[in-house]
Amino acid sequence: MSDVKTPNTPLWEVFIRSRNGLAHKHVGSLHAADATMALQAARDLYTRRGEGLSIWIVPSHAITASDPADKGMMFEPTVSKVYRHPTFYDVPDEVGHM
Amino acid sequence: MYTQGLSNPDAPAPAKAVEDAGLAARFQDRVDAEERIEANDWMPEAYRRTLTRQISQHAHSEIIGMLPEGNWVTRAPTLRRKATLLAKVQDEAGHGLYLYAAAETLGRSREEMFDDLLSGKAKYSSIFNYPTLTWADMGAIGWLVDGAAIMNQIPLCRCSYGPYARAMIRVCKEESFHQRQGYEIMVALCRGTPEQKAMAQDALDRWYWPCLMMFGPPDGDSTHSDQSTRWKIKRFSNDELRQKFLDALVPQAEYLGLTLPDPGLRFEPGAGDAVKDGAMKDGVRGHWRHGPINWDEFRQVLAGNGPCNRERISARRRAHKDGAWVREAAAAYAAKQAKQKRAA
Amino acid sequence: MATTSIQVNETPLVLYLLRRADDALILGHRLSEWIGLGPILEEEMALGNIGLDLIGQARSLYAYAAEAEAAGNDEDKFAYLRDAPQYRNLLLAEQPNGDFGQTMVRQLFYSAFADLYWRAMTESHDATLAAIAAKSEKESAYHLRHSSEWVIRLGDGTEESHARVQEAVDLLWPYTGEMFECDATERTLVDGRTIIDPATLRDAWDHTINAVLSRATLTRPKNPWMQGGGRAGRHSEHLGHLLSTMQHVQRTYPGAAW
Repeated sequence: MSDVKTPNTPLWEVFIRSRNGLAHKHVGSLHAADATMALQAARDLYTRRGEGLSIWIVPSHAITASDPADKGMMFEPTVSKVYRHPTFYDVPDEVGHM
Repeated sequence: MYTQGLSNPDAPAPAKAVEDAGLAARFQDRVDAEERIEANDWMPEAYRRTLTRQISQHAHSEIIGMLPEGNWVTRAPTLRRKATLLAKVQDEAGHGLYLYAAAETLGRSREEMFDDLLSGKAKYSSIFNYPTLTWADMGAIGWLVDGAAIMNQIPLCRCSYGPYARAMIRVCKEESFHQRQGYEIMVALCRGTPEQKAMAQDALDRWYWPCLMMFGPPDGDSTHSDQSTRWKIKRFSNDELRQKFLDALVPQAEYLGLTLPDPGLRFEPGAGDAVKDGAMKDGVRGHWRHGPINWDEFRQVLAGNGPCNRERISARRRAHKDGAWVREAAAAYAAKQAKQKRAA
Repeated sequence: MATTSIQVNETPLVLYLLRRADDALILGHRLSEWIGLGPILEEEMALGNIGLDLIGQARSLYAYAAEAEAAGNDEDKFAYLRDAPQYRNLLLAEQPNGDFGQTMVRQLFYSAFADLYWRAMTESHDATLAAIAAKSEKESAYHLRHSSEWVIRLGDGTEESHARVQEAVDLLWPYTGEMFECDATERTLVDGRTIIDPATLRDAWDHTINAVLSRATLTRPKNPWMQGGGRAGRHSEHLGHLLSTMQHVQRTYPGAAW
């Protein structure tokens, strides 16, 4: 028994929309042999307390992720573009909310 | 706690890899700044190894932990109790799954981790190697074991490793009904017939000491704690958590009219801030102190010699073996469908 | 304190409710036996969910039976203090779990019926029953989908799984006829539009089952001979054992509250 290796079952990432108006949000992962069973398993595992109205499942290997090592070039150049935020601009108080 | 096996280093550390000192220092800075570490981030190999072991042991504990309570699902004395117990044991399967998913982000597959459990290579909490002999054990487990677990798990919601912390937030949210469910069973028994009350006392007598042991060896003996604390995996020491648990437990037992089976139990009045979250007795703040714990029993149970170690593992092995044909069929069907799709 | 079973005044409505409640409870109990022993961890969640749905349906139906009987009985007395001959469930529901394939085939046969049945029952002239049916119908629809998908995978999976699940189909087939029976007692309720005649669902059930069996590459058994008796309290040997486990605590400590 101890020497028998269990074959791997595909891994799926689960995304759930908790209510209409909100985007699907990643909640975790699970294993299933195919997409149909993965969807049912996601329902049984991740929506036991009324957490969802819609489920997406995606094969984990289908996700392409940015490399954390590229964080600098990917995300830091935007930090200096403060003019993209409304608070960058001065509007006289008398004008009120704009 | 659910990861007591960490206290017994059973796997030799691999040859120390030469890690970039700069990366390591930056990693520690991030941890110190309470930043969360995510799956693809650089992390020291030892951090990865410790977490993989801790999270998988935690998952194993949930999965093995289904069995002692599963033992009473078919005998629950009312339909309400039957439904709640089934939902609770099912939650434990769910929590095992959340935790395996978190552990897998560190690079080991669920199948590998599960095979380690079945082969006896991986550890799980000592507590689940005790038998459930009467219905009152369902009350005692919910009240005491889940009560102890929640003490341990709440700080883990702030663990430095993001996927683990998120899994624990979900687990803690869902587990909040587990302890109440158990205590409610105890209340019903203690308000019931003399036989029922005796059943409740007997369950407390059997579960009290194993629950104190659940928190793991006293602080001085725990080999992994210091590093885990620096890495902000562990926020409180074994003894601190055990103390919190006991301070909460004493008044709950008193309310039930049950006696803790601990002749050495005593109240130690304290002073000032040291005990601000301690217990209250006769208007004085302080801490309840337990008598000596039989650590020899703890080590024996962890080493595989508890009353139910063999049954627990063999039940899971049997289920896994009996289910092999189902998993093979699902894989074969998926392969056929994929082939047809490609051909189409 | 008496340990004896309760007596139930089985008016047509009470008898009918007990029959349907017993189906759900006994099948839900069978599924709860799987906990901790499933072939796949994810599947333990599914089996638990289906079991909880069925136990919930049973509780609603028992509660209505208690109200209709108005004799001081309640859901727990119905469940825990009736002996096997007083149970009114289908023989199908009490059949042992066997392997996972057998459990899924049993679920498929029952859910394919329950899905149609509860959907039709949402039209009941009895408002309480219509409400129970509305909830049960959604639950049963999922049970049907889940069990169908599994039977298809097991039937069209490996040689071993095909053989196992075909054997389960052959074993359980003779217990499917009982679902469509309607005796004289129930006939009075059908006439009053309280319930529907299950025989009217036969064609639709055949259609569903034939479609699943065909996708699963399984063969539908030919022998039309069917077992019966559960509705009148004549059960298979299995029910007594199930009840001796389920009722153990209640029977050992008579009169205690839990």
